[in-house]
Amino acid sequence: MKFWRVPLDADEIHVSKGIVYILEDRCKGCGYCIEFCPQQVLEFSSLFNKMGYHLPSVKKPDDCLNCHYCEIICPEFAIYSVEVTGEESEIRGQGSEKHNETGS
Amino acid sequence: MRPGHPLDDLLRTDRIPSIWCPGCGIGTAFSSCLTAIKESKIDPKKIVMVSGIGCSGRAAGYVKLDSFHTTHGRAIPFATGLKLARPDLTVIVFSGDGDLFAIGGNHFIHAARRNVDITVICVNNFNYGMTGGQAAATTPTMAKTPTTPFGNPETPFNLPLMAYASGAVYVARWTILHSRDITESINESLAKTGFSFVEVLSPCPVNYGRRNKEKPLDTLKIYKDKTIIKNGAHPTQADLDYEKGIILGKFIDINRPTFGERYEKICRQDKPQ
Ligand code: SF4
Ligand code: SF4
Repeated sequence: MKFWRVPLDADEIHVSKGIVYILEDRCKGCGYCIEFCPQQVLEFSSLFNKMGYHLPSVKKPDDCLNCHYCEIICPEFAIYSVEVTGEESEIRGQGSEKHNETGS
Repeated sequence: MRPGHPLDDLLRTDRIPSIWCPGCGIGTAFSSCLTAIKESKIDPKKIVMVSGIGCSGRAAGYVKLDSFHTTHGRAIPFATGLKLARPDLTVIVFSGDGDLFAIGGNHFIHAARRNVDITVICVNNFNYGMTGGQAAATTPTMAKTPTTPFGNPETPFNLPLMAYASGAVYVARWTILHSRDITESINESLAKTGFSFVEVLSPCPVNYGRRNKEKPLDTLKIYKDKTIIKNGAHPTQADLDYEKGIILGKFIDINRPTFGERYEKICRQDKPQ
């Protein structure tokens, strides 16, 4: 994260990290998540889903701060972020894999 | 294992994706509403969602709560009956500007006047989206629609002012960009006793945006650049004028006796013979 002035308590502040998941079959390619992510984590991928919509993909997985903004601006319940805790950080970047709808 | 979407337990996931067009803001308003329902910790069995006809009206079919999709304009009378018969339920009306303020306009003002204890969420996309984008009671002056090809000569309703003037005890307005504020306002409305009204400005890219040369992202940029957050502003300032800026915020939060309370006291007491 870039700071204009490093806060005095910067070492004590816990900066959260997130993994973004995209439910490709729900997405309608509006691009709101890409445009409004404050960390520019997302970009349009070259892929289309089965309805023919242009999907977002995770460009910079390490920059996600788990702010959930993509999740709350998405009109289609198609993207969400989950906080990464210590041991999970290795599985980062798997966010754009296909979601398995069963059990949801 | 990958977790599911955090709102899946409140959604009829077999009906998703919705019928809403790409870039339509109804889904965002709906998602903010579901988040508020989740955060409110109210037992989902005690919440009911009622909607009328129109694109926004489809919400009642996507929510996994008891819900009812009423006839055109009649969401509020249905909700009023529900609340009077079952005062223990939390009743949410989720519908569009055409349904609530054109065909259902009279029901809105009278439910607010009586102070029926319900929460009304209006997705305002400035036109009759479902039937082809005709000019509505909320279409801004000079906007182009199939029925106003030279520009709309009418003045649109100022919905927060109408709600306040009719007697609502809670009035707020946001755009879909302010999803966290929508959630907070809906949360406050659910906790509030009395007629609460939350207006959500939302893009209709296919029917309204296209004719007014606004791509979905352009509309959201207008929302970002042309809106001013002024909590506590008087609703008379909330007219839809992009030139002077659109005022957003929580405008009204007051208390007065509800219709249910008064009815109980005046009409249902055991009067001496
Ligand atoms: S959670 Fe926030 S930082 Fe992460 S991708 Fe979504 S909008 Fe960007
Ligand atoms: S906001 Fe949702 S529907 Fe729009 S592109 Fe992103 S994931 Fe897809």
